[in-house]
Amino acid sequence: MDRLVFLLATGLARGLVIALFALSLVIIWRAARIVNFAQAAMAVVAVYVAFAVTSLTGSYWVGLVAALAAGALLGLVVERGLIRLVPSRTPLPGMIVAIGLVMVLQSVMGILFGPRHKPMSAPFDERPFVVGSIPVLSPYDLFVLLVALVVVVALALLFNRTALGLQLRASAVAPEVSRLLGVRVPRMVTLGWMLSSAVAALAALLLVPTELGLNAHSADLLFVHAFTVAVLGGLDSPPGALVGGVTVGVLISLVTGYLGAGIVPLAVLALLTLVLLVRPGGIFAVKEARTA
Amino acid sequence: MRTTTRLAPNRTHHTHRTHRQAAAVASAAAVGLALAACSTPAAATPGISDDTVTVGSHQPLTGPAAAGYSSISAATKAYFEYVNAQGGIHGRTIEYVVKDDGYNPANTQTVVRELVQEDKVFAILNGLGTPTHSSVLDYLAQNEVPDLFVASGSTGWDQPEEYPTTFGFNADYVVEGAALAQYAADEHAGKVVCVLGQDDDYGDEFLEGVEMVLGADGVAAVERYSVSNQDVTAQIGAMQAAGCEINMLATVNGFSALAIGTAAKMNWFPQWFASSSGGDYPTLAELIGEETAPQLLQGFVSANYLPFSPDGEWVALFEKINDEYNGGARFDGNTVYGMSVGYLFAEALAKAGEDPTRESLVEAIESGELVGNGILPLTYGPDDHAAFDGVGITVVDQGVQDYTGSTYRLDGETVEAVDAEPVALEAEGVPAS
Amino acid sequence: MTAATSPTRQIILRALVLALLAIAGTFLLDPFRNYQLAVIAACFCATAGLSLLVGLTGQLSLGHAVLMAAGGYGYALVAAPAAEAGLDGVPRFALGLLGALCASGGLGVLLGLAGARLRGPYLAGLTLALVIALPALTAQVSVLGGDQGVSAPFEGVPGPLQQLIAVEQWHAWIAILVATLAVTPLAVLRTSRAGLRMRAVHADETAARLSGVSPARVKVGAFVASSLAAGLGGAVLCVATQSVSPGRYDLAFSLLLVVAAVVGGLGSIGGAAAGAVLVVLLPWLVDTITAAVGVPADLEQRLSGNLAVLVFGALLIVVTVIWPGGLAGAVGSRRQAWSRARARARAQAQERKRPPAPPPATPTPSPTVPHSLTER
Repeated sequence: MDRLVFLLATGLARGLVIALFALSLVIIWRAARIVNFAQAAMAVVAVYVAFAVTSLTGSYWVGLVAALAAGALLGLVVERGLIRLVPSRTPLPGMIVAIGLVMVLQSVMGILFGPRHKPMSAPFDERPFVVGSIPVLSPYDLFVLLVALVVVVALALLFNRTALGLQLRASAVAPEVSRLLGVRVPRMVTLGWMLSSAVAALAALLLVPTELGLNAHSADLLFVHAFTVAVLGGLDSPPGALVGGVTVGVLISLVTGYLGAGIVPLAVLALLTLVLLVRPGGIFAVKEARTA
Repeated sequence: MRTTTRLAPNRTHHTHRTHRQAAAVASAAAVGLALAACSTPAAATPGISDDTVTVGSHQPLTGPAAAGYSSISAATKAYFEYVNAQGGIHGRTIEYVVKDDGYNPANTQTVVRELVQEDKVFAILNGLGTPTHSSVLDYLAQNEVPDLFVASGSTGWDQPEEYPTTFGFNADYVVEGAALAQYAADEHAGKVVCVLGQDDDYGDEFLEGVEMVLGADGVAAVERYSVSNQDVTAQIGAMQAAGCEINMLATVNGFSALAIGTAAKMNWFPQWFASSSGGDYPTLAELIGEETAPQLLQGFVSANYLPFSPDGEWVALFEKINDEYNGGARFDGNTVYGMSVGYLFAEALAKAGEDPTRESLVEAIESGELVGNGILPLTYGPDDHAAFDGVGITVVDQGVQDYTGSTYRLDGETVEAVDAEPVALEAEGVPAS
Repeated sequence: MTAATSPTRQIILRALVLALLAIAGTFLLDPFRNYQLAVIAACFCATAGLSLLVGLTGQLSLGHAVLMAAGGYGYALVAAPAAEAGLDGVPRFALGLLGALCASGGLGVLLGLAGARLRGPYLAGLTLALVIALPALTAQVSVLGGDQGVSAPFEGVPGPLQQLIAVEQWHAWIAILVATLAVTPLAVLRTSRAGLRMRAVHADETAARLSGVSPARVKVGAFVASSLAAGLGGAVLCVATQSVSPGRYDLAFSLLLVVAAVVGGLGSIGGAAAGAVLVVLLPWLVDTITAAVGVPADLEQRLSGNLAVLVFGALLIVVTVIWPGGLAGAVGSRRQAWSRARARARAQAQERKRPPAPPPATPTPSPTVPHSLTER
């Protein structure tokens, strides 16, 4: 029983970070109707910026702001400078360009920073509180939880309660009609990219201190897990991403604890396959499925 | 996307195209092979000329696996440059060609063939990685290329009948596991021992060594981790729940740091015994944090077989070489390792004679006359292609890692305590020509 | 009937000619280049299938490496026991190929069924998760040998030829023959009615369904065809390297296959060949250039490997944005432009040869000029 509680708590903590990254995928889907395969690589670039800023100023919080800014800027540059040029009748060219972007970004980071992991420290204590005799969440985990909730609520408010949010969603779903109604569609798409990239950078920044360190490949696995989460929860649904993230985090933790660390990629694959085949729209999907 | 459809082809147009295509292919092939086939006839001994010796290696310089290993070849190169500056071996400078295989066995096959057939190296030196190097063993044996001092603790390099030109270097994982287990039994009898191992041959063979000494029921918990998953909380939690007091780590440095850090976050401070691949104090300190490392790693036990003692003469020499020829790169266990491998090769080359051949090089190693620079004598012989059959136990005290004096050898299935026999530095670290 | 089979016959003929040329070419290459040729041929099997799959049906698979791996494992797991049972030579090789086809075909069916239900990014994401799960799968299923993989029996040069050719050249021959076997059906498929159906489904699924074409069946068929070819490529790699392991079929390799297909030109077989050559030779070329230019050792180490990936990524982006047809498109459009220019030149030459045209007839013929002289 103790072990179960421990594993659940660990899973919750990890799952929140995955959920945050999945949120970024939801944002870009809602704003531009694409899955950005380069999201992880872009996020890592922003975290390198944060690392540099934190080393210079000594403050984690300045670094965090720098990460958000760098993420947003990168989203702007990629969307305006690259994605605009890609034919978008089918999603295929966009995906291929994203893959090319991943290769470019990871190799440049490898050339500039080398393969070593750069350790990053967390702003809060990572030692968990002990309830009964079981270690549960640590102050850092609570910080991540808080950040995730704030971001989800903020996004929900943005998309559902503001005019800007309505414009963002409309531009993605019905660009021509929106244009007719006076919405600056290209600007909305860019905004969606910037927002998504900033949230992804935040997620990666929260992840890295819990791992070996910062490295060009730090967020690769995060992307696969987050993609699974986004599919599980429905690419359209921020609460879905949150619930899906926690679910996948707990699943990974339980599988590692009871079955072994080597099984985790298989479990993720099995889950992804199951969801895609049984309910491709996701569990919380607003719109219905995508069948042949 | 091409959308031309050919439902009613023009047949003459097609045969024209076929002929034209064939001609194009033929001329392209002619140009291609004119460029490619400019290979000089093979010298009697490849890689040896009057004033140079060329050796090659495959290393993971890129990719997720590169983080722990990319500095080894740079250190070896720096050592060779030092030797070259002192006149080389028998008047020949040593050229070290290192190619990246990204820890992918397919790339290893390609770059090793390139090294042997295009760069015409004299020998392959310090090929790194068990899955990667295993894939080229047959090729090197078939082509009778000396395959020296493989950078891996697997027991697979010590097979003189099947791979007569392959020689290991690392003390293998079984030896390390057995030695550490014996040290635990001797110094900390009665404590609960657990093992955290990588989920491949590293973990398997280390566990084999541990169980050789403690017995299968002497290990309370065995947890495995996968390098693709950087979260070991579940495993550490399981070990804590099992009441482990001594945790043996068959981990790479990154995961040693992760394990120790995760346990610390859970307010659990057991004793840590790590294999040499995951027990380098400077590397761990960088990963854990220079401020907390001395306290967290107080009493950290590991194993080693090279002269890495911080105030030893070998380290003094290596630090000098590192500053002059390696751009002052970070000095850690990898630096000592890389330079020691270079030293051993230089010694073998010197013993191979004034006009070395591949056969004379292999003979020089099998003669058993090589001394190396470790803390135990080398065990090379015609039937033994392993370098070290024992290790010395090291401990960290107040942020300094050094030998305790306990040294163990594994002979068959029995572990015996022996005295260390460190090799003194001679001739400024350049083997006598 | 003859009109329908002659393009097939043309393709088969062309394939045989190219194969013979390639085999002849191996005599002029040194052993290392022959080994590279074998690797190129193996990649060609996979890139041809992938190029067709993406180009004709628009399904992006990021996991074609796993299909190659399936072929490799299928070959090794059948050929190794066969060798121990005493089988030798061609029967063992054929059995091994059969094993490869079954393994990759089976996986291809599963992926195809998934692909039929899933839209683009979802299929890509699924295949991505598959590639990442491969090492875990081989570690859990013990017969697959974990990280060390499975070794395959060594295909030595047969007795009578031993004096003539080296083992690398023999493997190159095997590779060329298997590649011909794998790619020719794809080329035939491409120009056949099945290929037309694929294009129809890609262009407009609803219209295709209305015309009686089942999109699901077409997509699955395309996946199976491309995975059979990829499986044969994996078997070839297994023969050339005598082993198969998960480390060689990782995400980076899968992405390289995509690069090869895109840069060569999606949907084009010749483009897939060019892409395979590019993907195998470019890293070597980049390394050689870096070494020749002479950069400081530290930088050289960081460039090694990374620079090639950088070039590939840039190529992917540039080709998709500027040059969607890839190399094949460029060659094809230049050939079209060239033949158009030739036709124009021919027309101009013919015009010059013609006698000058008569002056336009005046409304009233001059009374002094005899009628006959105004006629041509």
